[in-house]
Amino acid sequence: MSVTTAPPTHVDERVASVSFLRRLLLKPELGSLIGAIVVFLFFAALSSTFWSASGVANWLDPASTYGIMAVGVALLMIGGQFDLSSGVQLATAGLTTAILTTNYHLVIWVSLLVSLAVCLSIGLLNGYLVMRTGLPSFIITLGTFLMLQGANLGLTKVITGTVQVSGIDQEPYFSGAHAIFASQVNLFGQQFYIAILWWIVFTALASYLLLRTRFGNWIFAVGGDSNASRNVGVPAGRTTITLFMGVSFFAWFVGNTQLLRLTSIQSSAGLGLELYYIAAAVIGGCLLTGGFGSAIGASIGALIIGMTSQGIVYAGWDSDWFKLFLGGMLLLAVLTNQLVRKLAEQSRR
Amino acid sequence: MSETPGTPATPQAAVSNGEHPLLEIRGISKFFGSVICLTDISTTVRAGQVTCVLGDNGAGKSTLIKILSGVYQADEGQLLMDGEPVHFASPRHSLDAGIATVFQDLAMIPLMAIWRNFFLGSEPTKGVGPFKRFDKETAKGITRKQMLEMGIDIRDPDQPVGTLSGGERQSVAIARAVHFGAKLLILDEPTSALGVKQAGVVLKYILQARDRGLGVIFITHNPHHAFPVGDRFLLLKRGKSLGDFAKDDITREELTQLMAGGAELEELSHELEAGGAQSARAAQVLEEEVKELGMPGGTSAGRT
Repeated sequence: MSVTTAPPTHVDERVASVSFLRRLLLKPELGSLIGAIVVFLFFAALSSTFWSASGVANWLDPASTYGIMAVGVALLMIGGQFDLSSGVQLATAGLTTAILTTNYHLVIWVSLLVSLAVCLSIGLLNGYLVMRTGLPSFIITLGTFLMLQGANLGLTKVITGTVQVSGIDQEPYFSGAHAIFASQVNLFGQQFYIAILWWIVFTALASYLLLRTRFGNWIFAVGGDSNASRNVGVPAGRTTITLFMGVSFFAWFVGNTQLLRLTSIQSSAGLGLELYYIAAAVIGGCLLTGGFGSAIGASIGALIIGMTSQGIVYAGWDSDWFKLFLGGMLLLAVLTNQLVRKLAEQSRR
Repeated sequence: MSETPGTPATPQAAVSNGEHPLLEIRGISKFFGSVICLTDISTTVRAGQVTCVLGDNGAGKSTLIKILSGVYQADEGQLLMDGEPVHFASPRHSLDAGIATVFQDLAMIPLMAIWRNFFLGSEPTKGVGPFKRFDKETAKGITRKQMLEMGIDIRDPDQPVGTLSGGERQSVAIARAVHFGAKLLILDEPTSALGVKQAGVVLKYILQARDRGLGVIFITHNPHHAFPVGDRFLLLKRGKSLGDFAKDDITREELTQLMAGGAELEELSHELEAGGAQSARAAQVLEEEVKELGMPGGTSAGRT
C-alpha cells in the first residue's frame, strides 16, 4: 500500500478533541442508564419472577413514587439547592388531607386543595429563607425538616388522639380522588398503579422545562453561578423559590397517592425518604454542587432504587442488604459524576 | 452616598455625525467620603477606535469603569454621548445607551453550553402561552454566526463554556455584547489572567470589534498590550490623570516609562531594600532597570 501524504482535509484541527466518547460521557443520564441495565440483568439472572409481569409491576411501583419526587429534587439540585424536608412534607400533605376530610368532614377535593396550599407555602418559605439569608439550604431545610417532623406527630396526636389517620375511604367523593391518584390499570393481565403513568408524564414535563424553556436555562444558570446569572438579568431568587415549591408540589402529589392507596397514613410517613430522593438524583447524574444534571437521569436513579429494593426480595435475600447495595451504587455514581465534571470543566488553556 | 440630583436621566439616542466622539469624558471626579478616587479625568472614545486606560492597582481604573457602566455616579464632570450630555443612574441606563461592559468574571456559567450562555437572561422564544419555548435553533444559529464574525469557528455550540480557553471565553463575552447592540465596549483587564498567546488572541478580538465600528475602552496595566491596539491612551495614577495622549503623541517607550516609570520602580526598590539582604539584590536589579528606562530608546520593546 503506497502511503501518500494526503493534504489534510480542511477541518479545524481542534475538532478531534471533542471526541464522540467524551460527548457521550457528558450526557448526565448515561451512567445511570448503564447502571439500570446492569441491575436489571443481575436480578433477572437471580430470579425469573423479577422480569415477569407481576415482578415488573412490583418494582415499578416504588420506582414511580420515588421517581416523581426525585424529578422535583433533581430540578432543585440542578438549581444548586437541597431540600431535606421533602420526605416529611409528603406526610404533611397526606395528613392534612386525611385530617380535614375525616375529622372536619371537608369535601375531599377541598382538603386536597388546602393540602396543596400548605405544601406550596412550605416550599415558598424554604426558598424565601434560603434566598433571603444566603445560608446553605442544607441548614434551612434541616430546620423545616425537624419542625415538620414534630408538627406532623404533635398536631396529629392533638387532633385525632392517635398517630395514624384512617377511614378516608368512608368519606364522599373518595372514589374520584382515588381514581386520579391511586387507581390501577390492567395491562398484560397485570394490575399497574396509575402513579407509573404520572411518573412518566412528570419526567417528560420536567425534561421539557429544563431543556426547552427559558426557565430551564435559568435553572442551570442559577445552579452554576447564581451571581453571574444575576449579572445578566436572570431572576435568581424567583427561580430558586419556584424550584423549592416544585419539590413541595411533588411531595403533595406523592403524599396523597400514599394516603389514597392505603386509605390511612402514619404521622411518621416519608421520614428518611428525602435521602433516597437525593440519592436517586445523584445516581441519575445530578451534581450536588448544582448546574448539571437531568430529570430523566433522576428517574432512572429512582428506577434503580425501585429494582434493587424489590430485587433483593425476589433473590431470596434478607431485605436488610438493600441499603448496602444502595450506598455502594451511590458511591459509584458520585465517583462517575466527579469524572464527568472534570471533563466538562476541563479547560484547554 | 452622593447622588447627583435633578439631571434628566434619559440618554439621548443622538445620531453620530462623525464630529462628536462616541463618548466624551469631561473632568470626571469621584469621592467616597474623604477618599478621593478620581480627580478631573478626561478622555474621548470614537467609534471605530480603541481608547486604552492604563494604570496600576489603585489607580482608579475600576472606579472609572463603574461610572461609565452606571454602577457609580460621578460627583463632578460630565459624560457626553455623541455630543449630548448623559447621566447613567443605573447599569440599565448605561446598557440602554449602548455601553456594554465585559467584567473580569465574564458572567458566564462554565458547565453550560456556549449557546445557552450566549443568550442567558435574554433567551429568544417561540410559540405562545404554555407552549412558549426557548428557540434553540435560532440561539445556536446566532451564536455560531456572531462567533464566526469574530473570526472563530466554534465547532460545536453545545460545548460547555468551561472547555473553552480563556481567550475564547473572552471572545464569547465580546460577541454577546456586540450582538445585544453595544456601541461602546468596555473591557476590564481582559488580558490580565492570560498567557502571551491567549492575550494576543484577545487583542485580535479587540481590533475586530473596532473594525466593526464599535468604540472600545480597553482597561489594562500592561503597556505592551495597550500600545499595539490603542488609538488613544489615558494614564491613571492614584486617581489622577498622568495624561491623555493620541497615538501620534506618544511612543511605546514613553508609555512604558510613564506606566512602570522611574519613580514607580524606585519606590519598589526602596521597598525591597527595606526587606533585608535577600531583597537587596533584587533591588539592585531594579535600580539598573530604572537607569535603562531613563535612557531614551533603551527599553526592550519586546518584553512582556
